[in-house]
Amino acid sequence: MGDKIEIIIDERKVFAEPGETILHVARREGIFIPTLCHYPGTTNVGACRMCVVEVEGMRSLVAACAMPVSPGMRIKTDTKRVRDAQRIILELLWAAGDHNCLTCEKNGACELQDLIYRFGIEEPRFKITPPGYEKEETSVMIARDLNKCILCGRCVRACNEIQVNEVLDFSYRGSRAKVGPAFDTDYRSSECYFCGECVDACPVGAITFKPARFKGRPWEERKVKTTCTYCGVGCQMDLHVFDGKVFKVSGNAAYGEPNGGSLCIKGRFGLEFIHHPARLRVPLIRRKKGGDLEEATWEEALDFVAQRLREIKEKYGANSIAGLASARATNEENYIFQKFIRGVIGTNNVDHCARL
Amino acid sequence: MTNSIKELETTDLILATGTNTTENHPVVAKMVKRAVKFNGAKLIVIDPRKIDLVRYADLWLRQHPGTDVAVFNGLMHVILNEGLEAKEYIRERTEGFDALKEVVAKYTPEYVESISGVPAKDLVRAARMYAQAPRAAIIYAMGLTQHITGTDNVKSVANLAMLCGNVGIEGGGVNPLRGQNNVQGACDMGALPNVFSGYQSVESLEARDKFERAWKTKLPDKSGLTIVEMMHAAVEGKIKAMYIMGENPMLSDPDLTHVEEALKSLDFLVVQELFLSETARLADCVFPVASFAEKDGTFTNTERRVQRIRKAVDPPGEAKADWEIIAQVATRMGYPMDYHSAEDIFEEIRKVTPSYAGISYERLEQGGLQWPCPTTDHPGTRFLHKDKFTRGKGLFTAIEYIPPAELPDEEYPFLLTTGRVLYHYHTGTMTRLSRGAVERYPESRAEINPVDARRLNIGEGDEIRLTSRRGEVRVKATITEKSPPGVVFMNFHFHEAPVNILTNPALDPIGKIPELKVCAVRVEKVS
Repeated sequence: MGDKIEIIIDERKVFAEPGETILHVARREGIFIPTLCHYPGTTNVGACRMCVVEVEGMRSLVAACAMPVSPGMRIKTDTKRVRDAQRIILELLWAAGDHNCLTCEKNGACELQDLIYRFGIEEPRFKITPPGYEKEETSVMIARDLNKCILCGRCVRACNEIQVNEVLDFSYRGSRAKVGPAFDTDYRSSECYFCGECVDACPVGAITFKPARFKGRPWEERKVKTTCTYCGVGCQMDLHVFDGKVFKVSGNAAYGEPNGGSLCIKGRFGLEFIHHPARLRVPLIRRKKGGDLEEATWEEALDFVAQRLREIKEKYGANSIAGLASARATNEENYIFQKFIRGVIGTNNVDHCARL
Repeated sequence: MTNSIKELETTDLILATGTNTTENHPVVAKMVKRAVKFNGAKLIVIDPRKIDLVRYADLWLRQHPGTDVAVFNGLMHVILNEGLEAKEYIRERTEGFDALKEVVAKYTPEYVESISGVPAKDLVRAARMYAQAPRAAIIYAMGLTQHITGTDNVKSVANLAMLCGNVGIEGGGVNPLRGQNNVQGACDMGALPNVFSGYQSVESLEARDKFERAWKTKLPDKSGLTIVEMMHAAVEGKIKAMYIMGENPMLSDPDLTHVEEALKSLDFLVVQELFLSETARLADCVFPVASFAEKDGTFTNTERRVQRIRKAVDPPGEAKADWEIIAQVATRMGYPMDYHSAEDIFEEIRKVTPSYAGISYERLEQGGLQWPCPTTDHPGTRFLHKDKFTRGKGLFTAIEYIPPAELPDEEYPFLLTTGRVLYHYHTGTMTRLSRGAVERYPESRAEINPVDARRLNIGEGDEIRLTSRRGEVRVKATITEKSPPGVVFMNFHFHEAPVNILTNPALDPIGKIPELKVCAVRVEKVS
């Protein structure tokens, strides 16, 4: 790191690293600068202009997300000129879309809603004229309603710069501009891998986690940090729980390694097995050899297993028994399992499908 | 992995071999693609299939399946021939170099081309590129290991990495991408026939003594059977009972007909499962278990990072966590296991497993920790073999190329290779219940090259029959250049098209891994 730079933000002397943006320094110092298009881990594009600030000596307002600090810079984040500029952006965004919070899946977790509230904008100033796009409901995983899109481009950058799946981009121009896969097709008929990075990136209700629709509100849910159960990467993720059900999965960049908030289709959309009706609910035993599997109490099933294993061990010796532990189960369970096979059964015939 | 996933993003070169990373480890693939696109890293792909990662590669070597040792020996031949090896590193940190040098001497690029089909000039370019990169990471997966020469293949990539001084440095390493959430942890915990937790040998008097005292019981002193050996022993009547916790060998293991025969010849089979799987259906007792979202515990990921899982919801009905069931069976067999929580068990693991000794649930609240982590003030280990190899000196192993156990012939002219697809996981018991995965990939497909398809008059989506010496499977065809001519690829996710009916159970003599990546089949259109 080079020498620290001294700058002044809102009459406060703060230190910054060379190359840091005004936004980065302000966030670290706890100074509020609103943003919409800024998305950590991707290029700063300065597209939405929400983060504008005054910099002494500069004629126009500058985008804090894209402007690197320089020595002696004097910045003001909370002047009338700044707030007026930000307010008009919010008012225009409000008017340009169908932001009907009543049924929006993002209600309570929407960055546009939060800013309009924070700025105290009571009613829309301009006539609301949504573009009138058809909602995209073709996939069971991701729903898109581009009438709510604010064209911040976070989904495009998440797709191209974070996951590098290179499916999303802007198409058309001006007021007809929109985001999506090539040839303006829907996700389902595109090359999309359904990693869902765009769902986490979208600040509004334009791209949403479809299976969660009408299943729970952000203020009702409990988020449980856990490790994905699929491959060996061990992605950290949040399970969203309401009413005893996992109804949504999201990444969380704050958890850091190993996945930095990214997930794949399996972790994000592949957990419906948890509440599937085919899950086993009670022990099953085969009371007669050749008979059917029948429901049993735990008491009966546990005794049955303990007794049969004891009999076989006595008759044929411990090495006539073998156990398969599981690359799917926890460390604690695998440890207990090998302890059981080695210490209680008395054989080293224990393995699992590491090789498959 | 010797190194950490994150290091891939900032290294200078990545060599990906036997890993279809974008489909099987998409989040690792993201790091690889970011390294290439934004950080100027070079990417070499060595894979018979034209996988997605090839699009990002500077160089793609398309070897014939099962010829990996020849290719790696060839790369080392070129490196030595051109004097690009890390001479000081080899001298100071390794042993066995002379024997290696002797063996690779005959693997000239031309000789390797005759075995593997990789053009000599590409091999030379790849060797130079790898050797000249300041830091190079090798990533691999089952494409390298599921061969009768699986151990040889892994030792070969280790040879290559050491030859260029890439082991023990940040951004380097020999990095297996493990396919299942806790396959690393299951191995670490001693769910293997020859070791206790922390890879302490069951045949070592000292280790056995330690565990006998910790567990207060007498322990057997001879290594046990591996999974495929268990199946053989069951058919022979030597194994009478099996206890299976959350595995589905009835779809995942090679030569399924044999597995079914094995499980059916048992006197007693216990299965702990989420669902009534193909394996559970054969059981005498099936215990319902809690899923990962319904219990506490830890998983250890492919980079040795121990991380928490946390109970989010209650299990359905009367289902219990796997550990609770095992503890109750043990107790009823006269060995009381009195654990009150997963954390209780973890505390015991720490006491007997040096590499986990410094890890606790309390510390894991701050995030995962990578073993070895011997003490509570140890920060965990990002990469292994720093300054010195764990065993002292890095050992080169001189390895000769051996062809796969079963190659195409007149009767079975195609080579069948198997793996997974992006949308599904293992035997499909979980993903096939998710609407999203089913929407993207509703039924199994066999991938066949357009040249072969034309010759056999097979159109996209036509039903074909694959026959091997062990059985036959019917499946729809997808015509794609992803498969080289003469090679058919199939996944093992679908019980309707169980590809492991066809696969060859021939084993690697050391790793005991079956050769799922190569067997010979006949391909016919079903009229």
